Amino acid sequence: MGNVGGNIGVMTTPVELEQTQVDPAVNEVGSQDRPWLSIVWNDPVNLMSYVTYVFQKLFGYSRDEATKLMLDVHHKGRAVVTQGSRDKVEIDVAKLHGAGLWATMQRDV
Amino acid sequence: MVGQVREMLEARVAALPRDELAELTGITAGPTTPPADRVLARLLPDFHREDATLSGGLRALHEPELLAVKDGVAAVVLETCPARGGRIRLTDEQAQAWLSALNDVRLALGTVLEVTEDMPDELPADDPRAPHLVVYHWLTWVQESLIQALAGT
Repeated sequence: MGNVGGNIGVMTTPVELEQTQVDPAVNEVGSQDRPWLSIVWNDPVNLMSYVTYVFQKLFGYSRDEATKLMLDVHHKGRAVVTQGSRDKVEIDVAKLHGAGLWATMQRDV
Repeated sequence: MVGQVREMLEARVAALPRDELAELTGITAGPTTPPADRVLARLLPDFHREDATLSGGLRALHEPELLAVKDGVAAVVLETCPARGGRIRLTDEQAQAWLSALNDVRLALGTVLEVTEDMPDELPADDPRAPHLVVYHWLTWVQESLIQALAGT
């Protein structure tokens, strides 16, 4: 995601327009556009009921929300569970590890 | 089994070289490399799948706490489980600890047994894993029951 800058209007004098166009591949403008994500990966040991319970307990998801996330993990192999600043997501991943889930973090693309 | 998992975790802590800086500051840093042992590796996962440097740094930062958490829940189970078995009453906090410790044991056992999503109920009698699988399935049932009790279903 990025910004496209520019004006449409009548200019009487040439003006240097400052472009705030962001190249999606190399985002240098700010971390707001590319938050960090915590990802939980499917594994053959963890119970569906346990994963759902952990999502509710750690992050306050409702039973329905947690179930949906768990099913994403189960069927798609992985799911984004939380997102935010690098510090926040790092703590989230640490908590997930504490609960025995296979979790990693990565920058959103 | 809870005791065995605990010993493995203790060995991981003991394997850390003596850190004079940690002794001065009281802040322990963990290792930066993942465990070679696959059970420990499953219990102490990487933070990032691709960036080994970032993973190493975060492992050093967080692993001591993770080991302490896992050791703590294992200790609760060992303290509250009667030597000869039987009924026990657990507080909510103790039950949470049991849930986490049980999960750790299942992760350890499941890794060693190489369980898959469609693991059969039984393995052929000549499969050396067969008796251990029985234990694994039983632990699964115990954990499932505990979750139902905690979730109030």
